[in-house]
Amino acid sequence: MTLDFARRVEVTLRLNARSRTTVVSPRTTLLDWLRDDIGLTGAKKGCNEGACGTCTVLVDGRRMNGCLTLVVQCEGRSVTTVEGLAGMKGAGEVGGELHPVQRAFADHDAFQCGYCTPGQLMSAVACIAEGHATDDASVREWMSGNICRCSAYPQITAAVLAAAREEAGR
Amino acid sequence: MRDFAYARAGTAEAAVGTLAAPRTAVIAGGTELLNWFRLGIAAADRVVDIGGLDELRGIARDGDELRIGALATLNEVGEHPLVTRLAGALASACLQAASAQVRNRATIGGNVLQRTRCPYFRAEEPLPWPCNKRDPGSGCASLAGRHERQAIFGWTQDCVAVQPSDPAVALAALDARADVLGPAGPRTIPMREFHLTQREAAAAGEPMRETRLGADELITGYRLPVSTAGQAYVKVRERASYEYAIVSAAADVRLAEGAGGPRAACAGEQRIAAARVALGSVAQRPWRLTAAEAELPGTPLTREALLPVIERAMADAVPLPQNGFKVTMARNAAVRALLAAGGAA
Repeated sequence: MTLDFARRVEVTLRLNARSRTTVVSPRTTLLDWLRDDIGLTGAKKGCNEGACGTCTVLVDGRRMNGCLTLVVQCEGRSVTTVEGLAGMKGAGEVGGELHPVQRAFADHDAFQCGYCTPGQLMSAVACIAEGHATDDASVREWMSGNICRCSAYPQITAAVLAAAREEAGR
Repeated sequence: MRDFAYARAGTAEAAVGTLAAPRTAVIAGGTELLNWFRLGIAAADRVVDIGGLDELRGIARDGDELRIGALATLNEVGEHPLVTRLAGALASACLQAASAQVRNRATIGGNVLQRTRCPYFRAEEPLPWPCNKRDPGSGCASLAGRHERQAIFGWTQDCVAVQPSDPAVALAALDARADVLGPAGPRTIPMREFHLTQREAAAAGEPMRETRLGADELITGYRLPVSTAGQAYVKVRERASYEYAIVSAAADVRLAEGAGGPRAACAGEQRIAAARVALGSVAQRPWRLTAAEAELPGTPLTREALLPVIERAMADAVPLPQNGFKVTMARNAAVRALLAAGGAA
């Protein structure tokens, strides 16, 4: 049994609730594809080696580093970026109501320069959904993959816990 | 990253069938492979994706064994109730590895194949200094330069690197076996013997070889004898989370039954009936302290009693000029792991 190795691969996935079919070189990372091909620049290229977390997106609801994921590995999967977090204002248009985690970050001043924020937000959404946003220590442990060089960690931790409480209260 | 041709394997056999050709790499999670490609540590013309193979997924109990598929992610292994209950040191090691988002991609099969974090090794090509792993025969810049994080066992003049995997330490301590598929069919490799020190590799005539896995073989999963003994994984690092170990230790401890036995415990003093303990990040493979394991039955579960046992078992450590502290740190980590596994810490 031999496999056919291809240099261009067609991939169909859902991106922020919209189905897309694309043809990519196999080496294309999800991060580069989002930023360079689709124009969604929310996910940032910080370290490009999985160390900083600012490229964090959700794949089938699980947080992952966009720089450590190939587009070809996303066949049939559902990808959510920070642009897909706020409520949609009309068909596929962003700019609707803020996601509760986004609002909590604003309310708690959970950023300074903002470069890490898209990744922090996506990681926080997942951290809460996983049930790990229970107390300070747990949030700090489960959010450790997102580095903030402005060191807004106390505010980020407070925002994640506040959003988790709000979610639990609904 | 140079481009490559890509194919998705429909079966594990089909994936293995592609590995006979040179410059063919397997991708599962990809958290290591993509960085190898970026740095020039590996280069492949063809990449075969095993990520869709459901046969390599799943965690289940099979009689006295725990079976873990190679594609289980570190988060899946670390949070699975069967692993938490029957192989707690492995669960803990998985959750202390990397970050939450890396653990959602990284698989337990690929994890043990990660390569050293030696900064001289992990530099972008062209390498500005010698490294025998990257350019055989060029020398070891770490031995001549900084080496405080490097090996205290099994190193040679050619290389002083350590294997950084946390799960590998627990798998070795718990006597796991890797199920491996090659062109000739399946075989198993005990995880205690999976990795090679530089000295073992040199003795076998392949000084830069790091594991017993063949280039045309694939890890399909692991089998561990289930254990209801107490377990712990202690990881010592420079920051509390998302950091590689300076040293680590995995332990599994069964305590002696109360009074009445031949080694009746003094009032309030618990004694060890059987224990297994392995150190991590002290060599290019997990380092089982077998001499200590032979001595531990009957030993009181106290720091004072355990320290000399571990010290004797580590008497053959050969630290480098800058890493003598790792001998003390590893000894203390082993003692802490044993105490925690026995429920005394």
